[in-house]
Amino acid sequence: MTTTLSPERTAGPATARRSMQFILTTGLLPALLILMCVVFAIVEPRFVDGPNLLNVARQSVFLLLIAMGQMIVLINAQLDLSVGATVALTSVVVASVTAASSGGPESVLLGLGAGLLLGVVIGLLNGCIVAFWKVPSFMATLGSTSVLTGLALIISKGAPIIGLPMIFSDVLATSSVLGIPVPVLLGVVIAVGMGVFMSRTVPGRNMYAVGGNRTAALVAGINVKKTVILAFVLCSVLASLAGILLTARVGSGEASLGASFVMLSIAAAVLGGTSLFGGEGVLWRVVLGVLFLGVLSNGMNLLHVSSYIQELVIGIVLIAAVAAERLKRVA
Amino acid sequence: MTAANPLVAIRNVSKKFPGVTALSDVSFEIKRGEIHALMGENGAGKSTLIKILCGVHKATTGSVALDGAETVFDRPQDAEKGGIRTVFQELNIVPQLSVAENISLGSLPLKSGLVDRKKMLKRAADALSGLGAHLPLEARAGDLPRSSQQLIEIARALMGEARLLILDEPTASLGENESRQLMNIVTGLARRGVAILYVTHRMHEVEAIADRVSVLRDGKFIETLDAPMDEAVIVERMIGRPASSLYQHSRRDPGRELLTVSGLDSATLRDVSMSVRAGEVVGVAGLLGCGKSDLARACFGLHAIQDGGIELDGEQIAKPSPSGMLERGLVYYPSDRRTEGLVLGRPLFESMTMGSHGPAQISRKGFLRTQKESELAHSIAEELDLRPMQLDRVSGKFSGGNQQKAVLARGRLRLAKVHLFDEPTVGIDVGAKADVYRLIDNYADAGHGVVVISSDLTEIIGISDRVYVMREGRIAAHLAGSDITEENIARSFFAAAPA
Repeated sequence: MTTTLSPERTAGPATARRSMQFILTTGLLPALLILMCVVFAIVEPRFVDGPNLLNVARQSVFLLLIAMGQMIVLINAQLDLSVGATVALTSVVVASVTAASSGGPESVLLGLGAGLLLGVVIGLLNGCIVAFWKVPSFMATLGSTSVLTGLALIISKGAPIIGLPMIFSDVLATSSVLGIPVPVLLGVVIAVGMGVFMSRTVPGRNMYAVGGNRTAALVAGINVKKTVILAFVLCSVLASLAGILLTARVGSGEASLGASFVMLSIAAAVLGGTSLFGGEGVLWRVVLGVLFLGVLSNGMNLLHVSSYIQELVIGIVLIAAVAAERLKRVA
Repeated sequence: MTAANPLVAIRNVSKKFPGVTALSDVSFEIKRGEIHALMGENGAGKSTLIKILCGVHKATTGSVALDGAETVFDRPQDAEKGGIRTVFQELNIVPQLSVAENISLGSLPLKSGLVDRKKMLKRAADALSGLGAHLPLEARAGDLPRSSQQLIEIARALMGEARLLILDEPTASLGENESRQLMNIVTGLARRGVAILYVTHRMHEVEAIADRVSVLRDGKFIETLDAPMDEAVIVERMIGRPASSLYQHSRRDPGRELLTVSGLDSATLRDVSMSVRAGEVVGVAGLLGCGKSDLARACFGLHAIQDGGIELDGEQIAKPSPSGMLERGLVYYPSDRRTEGLVLGRPLFESMTMGSHGPAQISRKGFLRTQKESELAHSIAEELDLRPMQLDRVSGKFSGGNQQKAVLARGRLRLAKVHLFDEPTVGIDVGAKADVYRLIDNYADAGHGVVVISSDLTEIIGISDRVYVMREGRIAAHLAGSDITEENIARSFFAAAPA
């Protein structure tokens, strides 16, 4: 007891043990991601082509945005099943608004504004239902999924909404800055911003406390309801942004967009070590989780693996990843 | 009973974990049918020793002899076969199952593949009556108070042939009355020949029931003392220095009224009035379920009020909420640190500073000043003598006393003027207790108002300037000065308030 002031870590174990320790504590994910990249590069040299890598990044941005939002909600010990429907409704609304606009540069801002505002509204609704009515988020967002999907179908009458101004797709999908596509740039900037938010701001820190022990957070004077609502708003806004970018890329408003993001966003967050029970999760690891899924899917495409088999592989990877994490913790 | 060998002989047992020696060269014996108390500060190695005895850990060196025969327990089941049963502090009860089902948990009596309910009920009834306890056999275990759940666990532990029952702080979360009941049960068991290894921090329990007490300090065996025991000697052995005075209580002149509660009514409180002045330590005593904790929680906004008024430093509070009360300078320190005080899976410093970033000025415009946060957490930890000083370790890995100190940190991070301590020393060791009393005394010296809610009578008497005694949701007595005696308080627990 008297010598405990000197930390144990000055002991200095062997390097081999240390690197093993690194893999165990930092998770298998970085190691597996590197291994997978190496394997794909050997089996299919096209994988490491510049254009292909850029393509992986471009395709991963949508999932990245949504998975970051899902991570924030999961850290609060909640779950957002409505991210897919949010993407769909955003797509339909943004397409309707911009298609009806003049088609000038302001239509880009109009589309962005409408989409993000919609995200705020959806997030507020989800958050308030969970925080004030104490509906479990699983049920609340399952319900709002249905509502949002219904709205998207009503607005679009089940058909794609076309007639978006060219400039919308030009700016938000195809243009590049310094050779980096705008969506990728946006994704990187927002990922950095979210990383700072979660680790360096009071509301971010409060989310870990609320998710880790809601009662303790309340007793310590944290506004638990406000924190949870903020998490849902951030998640929906990120999903809406993904919906806007996806709409720009597809070039039309579709009520069928985004359904797969629900499962994939949870998968990416959990692959990145986010706890399903709240209080645990680090942003950069979720980025790795997204990249892992992105690389896996891209590699399998290059190898002409059928999409049916891809589904199967992703499911197995997800279960294996979570199981590995659990077993590691038990050991 | 005449066998020459002791029931359990612990010989030169050491246990090393990577980087830490938890036990070094511990030897003592446990005789048949004795109540053997095991004492020591948190971190002294009591838990490690228990875990070796019940087969969870293996000793690095040394041996354990059962009935004179050297034994190695590879698994908890081996210890169980040897007649060693353990009831840990964390109860192992399935709240959804009935009392009888919980008692037979893991060994349900079967009849042609189905549960033999009749036998199960009989078995449970026998087990409980053997303890001299009565519980509704068909009731859901989760609906019963913790003291009853503990009896379930003890009844289960005694199934089959139990020779040594290890109780790990069995009274830590029980009130005075339940504790007394449990101690009666323990003495009854010892009379039947079951040896008891009784781990506790409560000195008066040891004085009351233990035949012998073994003291550990810093992983080393210090001494085994025989009854009758002198509290001062035990404390000295535990902390390694003379126990001058555990309680700190300076003379002060109370100032203005800081907290006034008048005519408070709620689901559990009836017309409760209380006042706390600056520079005063006010004790609130009472049995479990008398509403003393709800009184503090009502003031803090955690317990809904139906009627009555709360006034904090002259300001009438219409609807208290935790964040609002903290902003106004009233801090409540919860009794259950694990469920209400800390985020167990997160680093300890986060639990220390949570909710206090603004007031402590460790954030600027919503951004954390992490460097300053860490410095502040460390300086408070040093002031409170929090050990070990690795504040980025997860909270769950710290001992009770140090977890409590982390919760107490929030009073140092903001400008507080009223402190409500709810069972501030439950389950913490003597050293940490002294630190808590020092903190409380310092607050009062600095002109703060302090309320201490406690089931520990000696503690209430030792540190309070005035004492309210509660019974069935009402203030049963209000004592000051030389009227604060154990008899007066205990009488008010049961009898009507003296006019």
